[in-house]
Amino acid sequence: MTRSSLPLLRRLAAGVAFFLGATAGRASEGTVLAKPGGVPLAADLPRETAVLTRPPQVPPPIARRHPAKVIVNLEVVELTKRMADGVEYTFWTYGGEVPGLFIRVREGDVVEFHLNNHPSSKVPHNIDLHAVTGPGGGAASTFTAPGHSSQFTFTALNSGLYVYHCATAPVPMHIANGMYGLILVEPRDGLPPVDREYYVMQGDFYTQGAHGEPGLQIFDNLKAIDERPTYILFNGEVGALVGDRALQAKVGEKVRLYFGVGGPNVTSSFHVIGEIFDTVYSEGGMGRTQTNVQTTMVPAGGSTIVDFKVDVPGTLVLVDHSLSRAFNKGAIGMIKVSGPETPVIYSGKEVDEVYLGEASDAGAASSRREAELVAKRAEVIASNVEIGNITREIQLERGKKVYLTSCFACHMATGEGLPGVFPPLAKSDYLQADKTRAIRNVTKGLSGPITVNGKAYNNIMPPQVLDDDQVANVLTYVMNSWGNDYGVVTRDDVKRARAGNP
Amino acid sequence: MIVHAPVAFSAMKPFHLLSFLPGPLAVALVAALLPAGAVRGEEAAGLVLIPAGVHEPVLRGQDEPRQVAVAPFLLEARPVTNAEFLAFVRDQPKWRRSRVAPLFADAGYLAHWAGDLELGPKAPAEAPVVRVSWFAARAYAAAKGRRLPTTAEWERAAAAGFRGERGADEPEYRRVALGWLAQPSPDVLPAVGSRRASVHGVHDLLDLVWEWVDDFNTTMTTGESRGDTGLERTLFCGAGAAGAQDLTNYPAFMRAGMRSALRARYVVPNLGFRCALSP
Repeated sequence: MTRSSLPLLRRLAAGVAFFLGATAGRASEGTVLAKPGGVPLAADLPRETAVLTRPPQVPPPIARRHPAKVIVNLEVVELTKRMADGVEYTFWTYGGEVPGLFIRVREGDVVEFHLNNHPSSKVPHNIDLHAVTGPGGGAASTFTAPGHSSQFTFTALNSGLYVYHCATAPVPMHIANGMYGLILVEPRDGLPPVDREYYVMQGDFYTQGAHGEPGLQIFDNLKAIDERPTYILFNGEVGALVGDRALQAKVGEKVRLYFGVGGPNVTSSFHVIGEIFDTVYSEGGMGRTQTNVQTTMVPAGGSTIVDFKVDVPGTLVLVDHSLSRAFNKGAIGMIKVSGPETPVIYSGKEVDEVYLGEASDAGAASSRREAELVAKRAEVIASNVEIGNITREIQLERGKKVYLTSCFACHMATGEGLPGVFPPLAKSDYLQADKTRAIRNVTKGLSGPITVNGKAYNNIMPPQVLDDDQVANVLTYVMNSWGNDYGVVTRDDVKRARAGNP
Repeated sequence: MIVHAPVAFSAMKPFHLLSFLPGPLAVALVAALLPAGAVRGEEAAGLVLIPAGVHEPVLRGQDEPRQVAVAPFLLEARPVTNAEFLAFVRDQPKWRRSRVAPLFADAGYLAHWAGDLELGPKAPAEAPVVRVSWFAARAYAAAKGRRLPTTAEWERAAAAGFRGERGADEPEYRRVALGWLAQPSPDVLPAVGSRRASVHGVHDLLDLVWEWVDDFNTTMTTGESRGDTGLERTLFCGAGAAGAQDLTNYPAFMRAGMRSALRARYVVPNLGFRCALSP
């Protein structure tokens, strides 16, 4: 029976009971007795005190294969802590942590629960454990004024991962202040072993100041009522699972996350960027599991268990994939996976190159056809003297512009250079001798001694940042000006020269 | 000390003219109506007149009215201090820490005092007295010829804002009320009267300590009532909204929750009281 349906069912049960002359209490007791397996007397059970852990840690798996009487001591304390950089908030907590301390018991255990409300608390608190079968999940029996303690006992009848939370009015405020946590009721035979277990809970927070506004922030009940959270956080703090505080794992390990949503209002599209959940115990239940899940929905006041093997090193990012919550409100965490690379599974970046849109796919049939047509056009142009002359003239005009931008300062406007310093380009035997060398000198630059027209030069020319067309045009201009007649440089010439000199 | 209410202050006429007047003016009017001398004496005794008004319980049973008329009454402008309570236990030894009957107060009764008749550093003379049981608070009030205010009276007084009768409409009121909840109780409490006064001239209602009321235990009878009665007098979880009226009034919910967590013998480190008097 789900917790949320209790009030309605109880009302229905009360109505039925009225006609049957029975009580609602007996009706729900009947449900309990219908469960397979008797509940042993608590007095006969060995006693132990539960080990409670702060998030993101989880108590060790339960090794025993018999029920026990487990004592749980949980303290409610209200304390002011960091919510984000420069932002503080007075959290109401179970054990000084948001989420509250993790409780781990075994199916069939008899749990003696002590709720202690610290004397410095402003308000009374209680606890509703969704793992409890009984009125209010324990809330009825744990309503506790500041500086007081309450005790009640329940039998963990159903295995599963359950949320616990404060159920004192106004409940949304108690939960929005951080009053929630998880209790795992392990199945009798335990869960499959994993290498690492972690505890993460998401919650939505409502402050009177805007997101990031510094100082002690006050709860905003109107934002809460309108469900307009200022922060949505993993483990109660921006950066609780980031940097030095990131969760850790090693390549090859199996990781299990116990993930819950405290709310009070916002559900989670829980996702780990860079992983696929091998196994999901949906909604924290222990029946059939789902495999190969990307994102799992977790309701407010609900949970999930996800298992996955980490195969490659790197950082996995926990998010609420309703992404404004991650990007703008804080719902981000990290798992740092260390270990050797496994390129077969994940290569890392293999190629980084310019993407030219529709022209990029050289292998595509349309691209091949286009390339053929371009080549054919070039042939037609080259074989037609009139058109060829026109294209050469265009090239010369364009090349002149490049020359007057990039070259003339040293080689001078008429290509004579500066004697002894910058070699001439006009009537230059060096230029005439090797077209490919000329191209490389433009694209790669040139330094060291050379001889031009019998005179020695020893200077530095920096590489010119020009595209292939510009290089072709400026060299064509140079080779056909000031009395030079050294031929044409084409874009393909430039490409070949660049490729031939890696 | 006993003053008879004039006919004009009918309990069934909550929106009496006086309820719209600022506190001091209302006091002056009442002074004109009441037998001569009464109000002057009460002002000197730290009392403030709360004009007739209405209390709207945030939680109620199906058969309970939405509004409870509140007759005019006199309320102490400040909570009772350690010094005042010390004078009381000097007079009445049975309420001293070492002598109080366990039936009437839990073990932590006045535990922050240095001794039976010594306040010490954790209980400044002008700070509100806390860690007193309902029994002790009632005994103090009776010794003074007064009584504890009812829930309706206390809530009616606290519902007034800094400028008008409806504090809920004033952003500052909301900020103060929720702001107090945003910080844990300090080890040593500040002095009474240090908090801004309401429009009626009553200090410290929202942001100093919780306060006992005479009928604290009528808010609820059990800790959890989602399922054990047919009444929609439900306080917990989502079902808590069923019997509620103004669902946005979180501070009032908190007070209702606090009251319902108490037993008459409880003592709490941030729970004090102040006295009232019927005119």
